[in-house]
Amino acid sequence: MHMDRVEIATKCGHNQASRKMSPIMKSLVFEDFKPGPLGRFGPRHVTAEEIRAFATEFDPQPMHLDEEAASRSLLKGLAGSGWHLCSIIMRMMFDGFIGRTASLGSPGVNELRWLAPFRPGDDITLDVEVTEARVSRSRPTTGIVTLKAVASNASGQALCEMVSPIIVRRRDEAATGEAP
Amino acid sequence: MNFFEDIEVGQRREIGSFTFTADGIKAFAVKFDPQPFHLDEEAGRKSLFGGLAASGWHVGSVCMKLLVADGQRRASEAAARGEKVAVWGPSPGFRELRWIRPVLAGDTISFIGEIESMRISSSRPQWGILEARNAGTNQKGEPVFSMLSTAFVPRRNAGA
Repeated sequence: MHMDRVEIATKCGHNQASRKMSPIMKSLVFEDFKPGPLGRFGPRHVTAEEIRAFATEFDPQPMHLDEEAASRSLLKGLAGSGWHLCSIIMRMMFDGFIGRTASLGSPGVNELRWLAPFRPGDDITLDVEVTEARVSRSRPTTGIVTLKAVASNASGQALCEMVSPIIVRRRDEAATGEAP
Repeated sequence: MNFFEDIEVGQRREIGSFTFTADGIKAFAVKFDPQPFHLDEEAGRKSLFGGLAASGWHVGSVCMKLLVADGQRRASEAAARGEKVAVWGPSPGFRELRWIRPVLAGDTISFIGEIESMRISSSRPQWGILEARNAGTNQKGEPVFSMLSTAFVPRRNAGA
C-alpha cells in the first residue's frame, strides 16, 4: 500500500496531483467504523531471531535474549519483549486495515495489558473490535474510533489486550480530494 | 534495582535521553508501522505531525530501552557496593499512554520516571505493585510522551 503511494508521489513529482490522489488509496473512512467486531487478522509467525533482534535493540533483559537465563526467570523460557508484541500488533493492524484507512494517527493507549508471554514460533492472531466511534468536537472533519485489540497465540491463549483510539477522516473530508 | 521498601511515592529519576534520527525512525516504521508520515519526509510534512515523525511504538520502545539501561546501571552499582540486588518481575501493562506531541527526526527526548502509587499484592504478598509515570520531553522542553506503567517489585524480606 505504501509503496503504491510512493510510486504515485514520485511520478507526480510531489505536486498537487499526488496530494489529491492519496485519498482514493485510503478507502476506509470514519463512517466505515461501527461499534462491533471489525475483524480477525493474522496469523503472524514470530521467530526466535526476531525476538532477539528486537530485544537487543530495545529491551535487552536476559529473559528476552538468553534461553538459559529465561528458563530461570518468572517467564519460564525465552519470551519476546512486551514492546515487541505491541509493535507486532501495530503492524498487524496496519496490514489488516489501518494501511487502507484515512488515519491521522493515534493520541495514545487507554490501557494495555500483557497477559502471557509470547514465545519463539508463536503464530499470533489479532481480534479487533470497535468499542466506540464518535465525531471529534475539536476537529469535526475527523472522528475518533476506539479499538480494542486482543492478540492470541495458536492455542487461543490471550497474550495482550489493548484499548486505543485512532483519529480517522470523515467521508466528506476524504471526498474533497477525488482523483480524475 | 531497588526493593519495594526502598521506594516512595513521589520519587523521581532521570532515566536518560535519546536522539531520534531519520534513518532510525524509518527503520522502525518499515518493520512495524509503515504509515507514510513515519516513512517519508514529504508525507510527514503534509500530515498533522508537520514532519517525519517517529511511530508512537518506537517512542515507547525507546523509553523501555532507557529504563532497562538505567536499571542495569543501578543494579551493577548496587552489586559493586555489595548490596543485594532486587530482580523486578515482568510488567503486567500500562495505562494512560499519551503521545502528546510528535517526535520528529532530529529530536532528542529526555525521559523521567516518577512513582505515583504503591501497594502490596494481595494475591502474592511477597511482591509489591507500583505505578510509575514515565514521561518524555523534547529539547525545547515540550512534553511529548507520558504513560503510567505498572511493575511488580520484590519485597526485601520475601523469600530471602
